[in-house]
Amino acid sequence: MTTTAPTGTPSSDSSGTDVRLTGISKRYGAFTAVHPLDLAVPGGSFFALLGASGCGKTTTLRMIAGLEDPSTGTVRLGGKDVTGLPPYKRPVNTVFQSYALFPHLDIYENVAFGLRRRGVKSVKKQVGDMLDLVQLGDFARRKPQQLSGGQQQRVAVARALINHPQVLLLDEPLGALDLKLRRQMQLELKRIQTEVGITFVHVTHDQEEAMTMADTVAVMNGGRVEQMGAPADLYDTPRTTFVANFLGTSNLITADVLDTSGDDIVLRAADSKLALPAHRCTATARTGEKLIVGIRPEKITLTHADDAGTIPDGRNRVRGRITEAGFTGVSTQYLVDGPVGTGLSVYEQNIERDGRLVPGADVVLHWNPGHSFGLDAAQSIEAGTDAGEGT
Amino acid sequence: MALIGTQEEPPAVTPAPAAAGRRGKLTPYWLLLPGILWLLVFFAAPLVYQASTSVQTGSLEEGFRVTWHLATYWDALTEYYPQFLRSVAYAATATALCLALGYPLAYLIAFRAGRWRHVLMVLVIAPFFTSFLIRTLAWKTILSDGGPVVSALGALHVLDLTDALGVTEGQRVLATPLAVVCGLTYNFLPFMILPLYGSLERIDPRLHEAAGDLYARPLTTFRKVTFPLSMPGVVAGTLLTFIPATGDYINAELLGSTDQKMIGNVIQSQFLRVLDYPTAAALSFILMAAILAMVTLYIRKSGTEDLV
Repeated sequence: MTTTAPTGTPSSDSSGTDVRLTGISKRYGAFTAVHPLDLAVPGGSFFALLGASGCGKTTTLRMIAGLEDPSTGTVRLGGKDVTGLPPYKRPVNTVFQSYALFPHLDIYENVAFGLRRRGVKSVKKQVGDMLDLVQLGDFARRKPQQLSGGQQQRVAVARALINHPQVLLLDEPLGALDLKLRRQMQLELKRIQTEVGITFVHVTHDQEEAMTMADTVAVMNGGRVEQMGAPADLYDTPRTTFVANFLGTSNLITADVLDTSGDDIVLRAADSKLALPAHRCTATARTGEKLIVGIRPEKITLTHADDAGTIPDGRNRVRGRITEAGFTGVSTQYLVDGPVGTGLSVYEQNIERDGRLVPGADVVLHWNPGHSFGLDAAQSIEAGTDAGEGT
Repeated sequence: MALIGTQEEPPAVTPAPAAAGRRGKLTPYWLLLPGILWLLVFFAAPLVYQASTSVQTGSLEEGFRVTWHLATYWDALTEYYPQFLRSVAYAATATALCLALGYPLAYLIAFRAGRWRHVLMVLVIAPFFTSFLIRTLAWKTILSDGGPVVSALGALHVLDLTDALGVTEGQRVLATPLAVVCGLTYNFLPFMILPLYGSLERIDPRLHEAAGDLYARPLTTFRKVTFPLSMPGVVAGTLLTFIPATGDYINAELLGSTDQKMIGNVIQSQFLRVLDYPTAAALSFILMAAILAMVTLYIRKSGTEDLV
């Protein structure tokens, strides 16, 4: 055995980092797919690279796998520099987007492929255990094309995991599955990751998938990492308009800064005065300049304009008129136009529905200032939305 | 079929009349008819005629009569078995050479040629634009004594080696086994490359990446993934080369001497020169049976029964 494939438990370097990318970039001629980026994936974590198609996430993954040579920078796995190593010498395995199962081999031989290449003599027990882990024990002698999409997906995971890679790379592994199966496989993959404790690096364009599964999410855009952190942190305090719009939905309001002296920055948008805790603002606020204030739709409460007096003090208020109301079961989603902006989105839980909240009704949107976040006004307010695709 | 037809229609419509159903049922047979007629007239009928010829006796002057003289088969086999064996040996060698030359070429075109892929495919097919006969005659010129190819091979002492191996004789290439095998290889190479390219091109490049990702070195990837997946092309290519090459007589006629006669030459001269039709017909049947047996065995061995 001359490959450097790991034989036992995954190891991490002293800092507990499994994958460390330093200044890694990829250029194809004049096109830069990935701008120089640094990335550290903690050992044993479920890490997601999230972004729209063409953002460089798959290229980044392929550079870790060795399927793509980086133009600059280094890839270190568990403290060892593997930049120059071909894929077959790297202690990583990949679950490919279309699974790439070997059509001429049965499921058993597909799963055993990696072990056999590394010269493991008795593969029977390991393959059996792995097929049991993905609940495909009865399918060992079937050919891949005789299996459903979900089953093929699990074979692809088993084929990679059986090698106990230091890092498992997943390239949009659920992209080809229908919605229901996808939800099921998300939980399944998360269960497997918890069970085997191997570092997973998962590439996806589905923000919900990334947030459900990953411990850490890196949001990529235009070949750069926009922001990286725990899903809840990214969601609650996005640092760019792209993250605010791509990860869930945000209402972004451009406002003038009036006062920055207190704990709360005071701003004015149209006829509304808004407060924003200074620590929730990632941009530098200067009096007289502009700032973007963001608020998530579910953090807003809708009150009919007639009842405006019942709104407690200390909440940010914005006037508006309902243009659309969509009932989705657990919640009702409203679109509201007002002086501060059009198409403001509000999600109200269907607990006690106010019958007056129908399109055309005048309302007041109000929220706890502590739930809003501040962003630099120099960016496009539409980045990351469908309208601002590719910005 | 009628049942399916009615199910597809909206329930309010009354079921299709029985007549329409019967017509629908017969459509596939009507469509098959031209092909079946073609096969009957140009394959089955000549075959029956030839079979009857092979058991006739007589001469051109007295006329031939069916006498069920099966000994013709045995006589033909005992007299011409060297030519049979030579045909199989030449065709097998040419097929092996075609595979050795064609596989790397097909692999290159399928995976490495990029935008040159189509140009290269046209070049592979280009020889078909001239006749088989003309191309073989051209080889006769190319391999002629004192020509640049023979002079070069002689100067490089390659001919000393091939003379020693017995595939050439007396420092010449023409009228030797080498010339005939070269001609066969050249003429049937496109029949090898086309099916090979067809099956290689269909292989998802991601399978190569997956094999590499699963610790297979490039050579192992070829052995365990690429080659097994290209087997249908290998089988089809070898059959398309071997079968016509075994029965070929042009190459042996133009590039060989009497010592390189293949079974095709024997059949041709029995039919057209000796005018011994029963022997010629019997030889044709033996050749067909032999090829059928070899091909069946080969397909069984290579495990691609879905081709038959």
